[in-house]
Amino acid sequence: MHGRPRKASNPEEEAASAAKAVKLRSLQSQFMKNHHDKIYTEEAIELSMKLLEINPEAYTAWNYRKLAVEDSLSRIESDPNLVNSILDEELRVVESALRQNFKSYGAWHHRKWVLSKGHSSIENELKLLDKFQRLDSRNFHAWNYRRFVVELTNRSEQDELHYTDDMINNNFSNYSAWHNRSVLLSSLLAQNADGFMPNERIPDEYDLVHSAIFTDPDDQSGWFYHLWLLDQTLNVETPLLTSSWPSHGSTINLSGAGCLNGSSSKFTTFCSESGSFPLILYFDQAVGGVSSSTVTIDSELKGNEDLVWEPISYKNSQVSCVWVTHLKYVSSDPCEYKVKIRVGNSPGIVSSRGHNFRAPYEFVFTAHVHDTVKDSQEGIVSWTDGFDIWDAKSMDLNSLITLDQLQAEIDFKWRQEAIDSEVECFGILSDSKIGNLTLARLLMAREAMLSDDAVKGVRYEEILQLYNDLMALDSSHYQYYKDEHSVAFLHKVTSSSESLSRHLFRYRGMNNLVCLRLNNLSLSRIASVEKLLFVQMLDLSHNELRSTEGLEAMQLLSCLNLSHNKIRSFSALDSLRHVKQLKVLDVSDNHIGKHSVDTTRYLCSSPLSNSEWSQDDVGRQNPGLVTKYWDAYFVLRDLKLKQLDIAGNEISGNEFSSFVLQVVPKLVWLDGQKLGN
Amino acid sequence: MIDLPPYPPLDPSNYDLIIVGTGVSESVLAAAASSSGSSVLHLDPNPFYGSHFASLSLPDLTSFLHSNSVSPPPPPSSPPLPPSNNHDFISVDLVNRSLYSSVEISSFESEILEEHSRRFNVDLCSPRVVFCADESINLMLKSGANNYVEFKSIDASFVGDSSGELRNVPDSRAAIFKDKSLTLLEKNQLMKFFKLVQSHLASSTENDDTTTVKISEEDMESPFVDFLTKMRLPPKIKSIILYAIAMLDYDQDNMETCRQLLKTKEGIARLALYITSMGRFSNALGALIYPIYGQGELPQAFCRRAAVKGCIYVLRMPITALLLDKETGGYKGVKLASGQEIFSQKLILDPCVTVGLESLSSLTDQQNETLSVLVPKVMVNKEKIARGICVIRGSVKADVSNALIVYPPKSLFPEQLTAIRVLQLGSGLAVCPADMHVLYLSTLCDNDDQGIKSLLSAMSNLVRLPDRENQQSDSVVENDTCEAKPILLWRALYVQELVKGEFGGTISSMPSPDGNLNYNEIVESALKLYEQLMGSEELFKEETSVENTTEENDDGVDIED
Repeated sequence: MHGRPRKASNPEEEAASAAKAVKLRSLQSQFMKNHHDKIYTEEAIELSMKLLEINPEAYTAWNYRKLAVEDSLSRIESDPNLVNSILDEELRVVESALRQNFKSYGAWHHRKWVLSKGHSSIENELKLLDKFQRLDSRNFHAWNYRRFVVELTNRSEQDELHYTDDMINNNFSNYSAWHNRSVLLSSLLAQNADGFMPNERIPDEYDLVHSAIFTDPDDQSGWFYHLWLLDQTLNVETPLLTSSWPSHGSTINLSGAGCLNGSSSKFTTFCSESGSFPLILYFDQAVGGVSSSTVTIDSELKGNEDLVWEPISYKNSQVSCVWVTHLKYVSSDPCEYKVKIRVGNSPGIVSSRGHNFRAPYEFVFTAHVHDTVKDSQEGIVSWTDGFDIWDAKSMDLNSLITLDQLQAEIDFKWRQEAIDSEVECFGILSDSKIGNLTLARLLMAREAMLSDDAVKGVRYEEILQLYNDLMALDSSHYQYYKDEHSVAFLHKVTSSSESLSRHLFRYRGMNNLVCLRLNNLSLSRIASVEKLLFVQMLDLSHNELRSTEGLEAMQLLSCLNLSHNKIRSFSALDSLRHVKQLKVLDVSDNHIGKHSVDTTRYLCSSPLSNSEWSQDDVGRQNPGLVTKYWDAYFVLRDLKLKQLDIAGNEISGNEFSSFVLQVVPKLVWLDGQKLGN
Repeated sequence: MIDLPPYPPLDPSNYDLIIVGTGVSESVLAAAASSSGSSVLHLDPNPFYGSHFASLSLPDLTSFLHSNSVSPPPPPSSPPLPPSNNHDFISVDLVNRSLYSSVEISSFESEILEEHSRRFNVDLCSPRVVFCADESINLMLKSGANNYVEFKSIDASFVGDSSGELRNVPDSRAAIFKDKSLTLLEKNQLMKFFKLVQSHLASSTENDDTTTVKISEEDMESPFVDFLTKMRLPPKIKSIILYAIAMLDYDQDNMETCRQLLKTKEGIARLALYITSMGRFSNALGALIYPIYGQGELPQAFCRRAAVKGCIYVLRMPITALLLDKETGGYKGVKLASGQEIFSQKLILDPCVTVGLESLSSLTDQQNETLSVLVPKVMVNKEKIARGICVIRGSVKADVSNALIVYPPKSLFPEQLTAIRVLQLGSGLAVCPADMHVLYLSTLCDNDDQGIKSLLSAMSNLVRLPDRENQQSDSVVENDTCEAKPILLWRALYVQELVKGEFGGTISSMPSPDGNLNYNEIVESALKLYEQLMGSEELFKEETSVENTTEENDDGVDIED
């Protein structure tokens, strides 16, 4: 039962429990002997029952009884009366064991086993369940078993839904009932059963859960259900393409390595030694199956017939939101090429939940290949000067144009209306922390749904204020609110060209690169990356970042400043391994090496699970250092850095510097010093 | 009733205590006194138990009300004799005081009612119910009287207004959750208030006031209605709390007419009673229960308990005179209608028993002193309670049989000064035939007209007259809600005086049924008198034995659908 304080046992109780233990021990040893000798006589079975009545948790005894039942069933052949009497006896034993402890896993399992033999009356089971659920309406064993029994009978899901109505009406603090409701509704909604169209049903469910939440905001069960409903409202099951680079209608300038003449007015310039540029697809959820057959490319660029698409995921899985391939171009052949991409032309792109990418989407961009001017200067990139203010008028940020796929969904309207009414509703529950958090989440969802530029972004200030208040009110969840605050802030920054351009600069040093400066904003998490795919130079210094998770999608990124953050280890930079263009990395003044125990160690590759390091040069020559700096090794090894700043971390020092030089032999600048070679 | 059958003389003729009247307080006293070893003679002039708390058939109720109403009963057959002088005593004749006035009984479907007349158990002083956490329940458990009575839950309570709509009283977490008429914000505010009260109550029992929220001393002394305002509860919710949960009578917002302005402290105590009642018995649906077969079962249960402990019962036995000591003027005994003289140390009388003023003139000062509690007091502000009983076909709310309905002050008409309470009981409680219900109404009033007007207003809101009457009276408008209203078959209206109890040294007069919804004040006054009579003798001390430890089960708060 719930909410009953545990009482300290008095001497009599202790004596009783000691006596029980003695009795139990002797029963147990006799029973084990029977079990080992496979004795299934009446007395032996009786003994197991006695044991179970005292201790329903004796799993072995349940298993023994199963064997005994099988044994006697095999001997009586097919007399239905005898079969029934044997199985009924089992049900009786289970029932008395459950009376002793109705949370006994073994007992419930045994009952399922007996029932699955298919000889027993199921009607009795529902009656028994009613009895148990009256005693404890939240007992999840009983609810589990109920689902099992319902499946055996032809009881409709609607009837079961009514049952949860009753249980919730009796006492709405019942996770099990709400949970069962969500299970039943999921199924009914998926079937589009009569009266269960999401656009009609989900608003009704909101009404129901509002009553619970407003009556007692301190009770969690309603909030859980609300979260589930919100998920049902926001999650469009079919995966959608969120953004791409190059974006639809854009022109990109390509050249070989080095500088590009007269391209300062162009927005996107991409130089590559290898003569290829990345094509990035960003989906709203993790998908698999992106390949040259599901994505067709139509262009005059030669040599791009059998492209290999790679999922960009720090988890090394085959599903990802971000997919990238590399298109080749010949820089010695200046020309303009049109490139046409069709995503989802043939089926095969499937979300991790198993839903197909349905609506094929087509986009076009122009690739302008320029002459290469060979004067590549490997100067040091400075983060302190050389920045010009971005002239917002000079170029539209068409990368920010959201793909209108989301809004194209036919049932988008009810979702938007549902969220609008939720926003209105939770505006009045302002003295509850979880109420404010929910309001902030709802406002975020609402912003994400808006397509009208006139009203878009107007409520970000409110969201940020809500998270600020929550940070002050509820310090135990400070970090979570901080992260959400960062997400909201970045959504705000990327919500319009105007707001984004305030953070954009041109860096004179490298081809007039566009630099996004998000420094000194106390960001603790990275978000809105799908709108920042074009960024080649990113300043995130003086924030509170603990990890670079999310940056892996920024496949064009060549310069990254992470100085003065809260990065605690190289493992936290793991996602940068996917950013192949990265040349300049500043991680100075972080906490790398400060914490001897790195918890992320258990989540990513470690020397113990990976033998490849011993096969490369550094690993062979210097196994000691690699073992010591294994996390740095894995990140740095995969990057082709020219410039690295690591000073101001616990890890930095001569030993580490020399290790870095071994791992990154092509490094030119280390901690501001030009390396002599 | 007048033709008394000849009685064999009572033996013994000497008792510790004589009690006249078998109302709730008298019966509690009889049970308490006899269980503490006193010899008790318990008399009642009526042929039934319960006196003013009785449950009767319709004809019996009619004749009881008429015979106890203002139209003065025929004067004692013998002209007022001067105190007779036989033996060593002075005999003082007693006069019956009428508690009831403006009695008006009308039957609209006489045939049907006559057919079923004996299947009614109609209460004289309803609406009255028991809160599960009431002191009266504790007393029943302690005395063992619970063995003789079974209860059932009142299924629902409602608040009504002139629109005719009955809204559920959101009195629990589940009820607030389910309520359709409250806005989300109101649900939030109401539950928050309940939580504050609960937290306050918890902090006062656990003495650990550091963690829990407590209501400040200053607030506790302020008027409850102001406190509710301070808690920013909207008027609708305030009214529910004041009149349908704290069960107040007077308009707390009107200082001129409010006879009893409740302090927060008292308001919280009333809420506490309600809240603890909700959770006391697992098989009770809500806070309120009602005895099967009518509230007359309650005094009877205590009488049975008393009888087990040796109390002697004689019904149909009025007392006609008091016997006083000639010299000292002290009380000696009573003269029964049978003519027998019975003696006792002490005497407890039903509120109807008084002394005629004309008899007093010839008495000595000491004798007058002895009788003083029996002399009717002249009250400046006579508080009365108007009661109404309706037998109806159908129910005031579909699917609900036993329900309490409260009309807060001003909810029916602007001049309505006091709350009107209505209790509907059904055949499940064995108080009426199936498909009928009994409605009890009451409201406090200063005069008969005012009270009757309020009751009629509530009645017309809830029930309609049988069709033939209807066609004559209002053939013009027949609105839709009218169709659903239950039909009135029988109606009684009367006004009862509220008489306070008077405790003297040897003679005490018990109070009349009060205007409250429960028995707490009645039981309290009985216990106070017991203390006065018996000193510090412990109440029902023998009964707190094994037989009552299984209280929850024995209490029999049955739930049947």
